[in-house]
Amino acid sequence: MDCYTVFWREMLSFKRVFWKFIASRLVGPVLYLVAFGWGLGRSITTNGGSYLDFVVPGIIALSAMTVSFNAVGISLNMSRLYHKTLEEYLLAPISSLSFVLGKVLAGTVRGLVGALIILALGFLFGARPAAGSGFFAVILLTCLLFAALGVVAAMTAPSHEDMANFSTFVILPMAFLCGTFFRAENLPGVVADIVYALPLTHTSYALRALAAGKGLPLVSLAVLTGYAAACLTAAVWTVRRLR
Amino acid sequence: MIEIKGLTKNYGNLQAVSDLNLRIEQEEIFGLLGPNGAGKTTTVRMLTMLTRPAAGEAYIAGHEVQRDLARVRHAIGVVPQHMNLDQELTARENLELHGRLYKMPAAERGRRVEELLAFVELGERAGELVGRFSGGMKRRLMIARALMHRPRVLFLDEPTVGLDPQTRRRMWDLVRRMNRDGATILLTTHYIEEADALCHRVGIMDRGRLIALGSPGELKERVGRFVVEGFDGDGATYALFGTREEAVAYAGRTSGGVTIRETTLEDVFIQLTGRRVGE
Repeated sequence: MDCYTVFWREMLSFKRVFWKFIASRLVGPVLYLVAFGWGLGRSITTNGGSYLDFVVPGIIALSAMTVSFNAVGISLNMSRLYHKTLEEYLLAPISSLSFVLGKVLAGTVRGLVGALIILALGFLFGARPAAGSGFFAVILLTCLLFAALGVVAAMTAPSHEDMANFSTFVILPMAFLCGTFFRAENLPGVVADIVYALPLTHTSYALRALAAGKGLPLVSLAVLTGYAAACLTAAVWTVRRLR
Repeated sequence: MIEIKGLTKNYGNLQAVSDLNLRIEQEEIFGLLGPNGAGKTTTVRMLTMLTRPAAGEAYIAGHEVQRDLARVRHAIGVVPQHMNLDQELTARENLELHGRLYKMPAAERGRRVEELLAFVELGERAGELVGRFSGGMKRRLMIARALMHRPRVLFLDEPTVGLDPQTRRRMWDLVRRMNRDGATILLTTHYIEEADALCHRVGIMDRGRLIALGSPGELKERVGRFVVEGFDGDGATYALFGTREEAVAYAGRTSGGVTIRETTLEDVFIQLTGRRVGE
């Protein structure tokens, strides 16, 4: 129940900024869809469908990652280093696990809302992905994973600048390389292997397969689950260390 | 209520707190007094589990601080030196969140929130976001928040730093009222008159060590109750006396302007360290 308390607080503030959040989440995806869907996409053919159908699952993967990572990471880092509001939780008689779960669930909610926005926008642009329950389960798992990674980064980054650096060195490369805008298999040998080991690649794969009406790739599901478990464990450890 | 045995903390070569031993009794207002960097905040942070001591142990309400975490957390309320309210929430929501974190039942939580908002005179502003509050209002809300779960021991770290004189006096009244309601209070301050006005007993800290302990009256008694400050051609003179008569007699023997006044804790600090607080 303690994790609900942490989650409850996050939802209170999310409700306050909800429309601002929606508006700011619209800008990026619209630009991507215009640039890659209409602009670049017209001249690209992928085996079978349109490039738009190819790129929408990629943009959803990318957005699920960045929204949930930033939602937890930036605010928690600020709360630890600048606002000092983290102390209220460190002092409280709640477990580190409850705290992490509350924060991660809240980040997941924001990530899911972000993904829904893109799905709706993509629909307006003419994309018709088969978004069933498996599709949403993969988005959910991705949000969990990166929200937990956000906790780890926020709790370990010694300054705001280091937090921004973490985004630049870890999140940004994944946003571009992990099969979001193009097929990662087409990368040269070693690079393709490295990219294959990254979690977001498996989100892109899984979402794309599901959107095209194929089954859920179990390897990708296993990789994502493994990463999510590892990030959650690390997140709890980084919080426990401070108490 | 609080028992500290050999508490020690160093940051690199700096001894922030060294071998601190102290007992604070139930329903006492105890003040840790000393200049910035004396180790007061580090002591409070160790007692509230925000900093791990290098050595020593502490007990609060009979529970060992490092071992019995959950019980200690329920027993203490903490008001830190810096503002750490949740600025994205309203005053009422800040208290509500605290009550939930401390697992208070809903009905009691609701009652307590309103009671405390009235206590710190923020009832009319309860629905406003905390970001718009003045320094004094924020400080009062932090105190209300720390009191939410009815802690038996309250830690106030520099409770009046940065407040104007009027707000400071209101804060003192608040501290006295909390104490009357049964809370044991440990406060730190580098304001001499605050320790003098509020505390039943004072511990003076300097460079990580406790250098004096007693009631403000006892400490002043120890160095002499009266001070004679003189100004002659050669500069200022300064002398301490046990009785008014001795002080007056000494003043009568000097030439030039003299001031006779009662000793303050500042004089005690100067006598013990050879420096003023803050030097």
